[in-house]
Amino acid sequence: MAPRAYVIRNVTFDFLNEAIENGSKVFPKEELERLRMCMQCGKCVGSCPSGRITAWRIRKIFRETQLGLKETVLSDDNLWNCTTCYTCQERCPRGIPTTDIVRIIRNLAVKYGYIKNNHRRICEIFLRYGHAVPINDEMKKVRKDLGLAEVPPTVHNYPKSLEEVLKLVEETGFKKIVERTTK
Amino acid sequence: MNKYAYFLGCITPNRYPGIELATRRVLEEFGIEVLDMKGASCCPAPGVFGSFDLWTWLTVAARNISIAEEMGTDITVTCNGCYATIQEANHLLKQNGEIKEKVNNILKTIGREYKGTIEVKHLVEILHENITYETIQKRIKHPLNGIKVAVHYGCHFLKPSDVRAHGTVERPAMLDDFVIALGAKSVDYKDKTMCCGAGGGVRAGNLDVALDYTRQKIENMVDAGADCLITSCAFCHFQFDTGQIELTEKLGKKYELPVVFMTQLLGLALGMSSEDVSLNKNKTQTQSFTSKL
Repeated sequence: MAPRAYVIRNVTFDFLNEAIENGSKVFPKEELERLRMCMQCGKCVGSCPSGRITAWRIRKIFRETQLGLKETVLSDDNLWNCTTCYTCQERCPRGIPTTDIVRIIRNLAVKYGYIKNNHRRICEIFLRYGHAVPINDEMKKVRKDLGLAEVPPTVHNYPKSLEEVLKLVEETGFKKIVERTTK
Repeated sequence: MNKYAYFLGCITPNRYPGIELATRRVLEEFGIEVLDMKGASCCPAPGVFGSFDLWTWLTVAARNISIAEEMGTDITVTCNGCYATIQEANHLLKQNGEIKEKVNNILKTIGREYKGTIEVKHLVEILHENITYETIQKRIKHPLNGIKVAVHYGCHFLKPSDVRAHGTVERPAMLDDFVIALGAKSVDYKDKTMCCGAGGGVRAGNLDVALDYTRQKIENMVDAGADCLITSCAFCHFQFDTGQIELTEKLGKKYELPVVFMTQLLGLALGMSSEDVSLNKNKTQTQSFTSKL
């Protein structure tokens, strides 16, 4: 006997709406609305270099989002295997900004507490130096050997500028997001 | 425009300063003034910070842009990550007044304003459109005849194409034409437009996955007989150069295809030495390539 299909009876648009709302703080809302029209054609997964080597299936995430399966989507570790190469976004026949939506869904994952330790560490480094990849002694020496300024003319060399950046990320709530997810 | 604000980002100055050096040297060689953006921060990285909080990503990017606006100069970058962030933030803020106003409300707290008065140009665009390959060709002292180069475009230089507007993303030609202009041959290889694997926070979050991309790309380039690969992105450069050391350790098989940044390759063709363009500071060996020059 063939297995019976699992029927989802409590479909809601809440999560789909939340994703579109959240993304429209930055991206044009009318483009994000196209997510509602994903027809599961699979061109995205067929184009996906990550899908060749990981269990990341962008189409599955989109279907689950349409079905309101918030926890399933946000807790899926594969969500973090997309390199944001945009190949699927270029090819989507419905014009869905697929890769942008991956970032929007990740924002929600982080908001609800799903963040990798390594990623939290990058946030902490940024909150300390204003760079995701800061200078170190070895590289200072290389820079000097090359005849470049030992410390680059970035926030590294301008403490007042670093203060500006830190003030900004406090204003945007980023500091709180990182602190909240630090357990 | 004959002067640019050089947005350094993180990887270029803090991990591959040779890219910074070669780029400054080469651009100055063609009469383009390269200006420092004092106090610029991380762009912030599109695939990590953009994945954590897009609002913060956009606001910090707007601050970086405002530095160049004060200087009254367009921005150039040598990293596709920086390009993705700075170019896209500029695009989003220019097209939506409401978002711009909200960002400016936050920037006000640090006494800054995003105006929307400048453009963001990738180094490739400067070489291709400002300087032009024809001009470059006339200045070549040391044509790279017989050298086989595998070009790697990097995703965020070309995509999303509606924002970047550099034409086809399936069969781009800008870097191939660059290599040909220098007298070298651009070899076709399997999955040429595929990602290096580093983006989207994957390098930091899941190094094994990132390295598997890199392995595929490098093996395909080697299969096509490439003497070196060229990048136009510091982060791809980092992934290929440092990544090959990591792959060699992980798999116990030598991965050693020389990784050359496009301005390093150009510097060599202009007659500079491999030390002048700091190829010797790479982690993966470059002798197999430099011995053919």
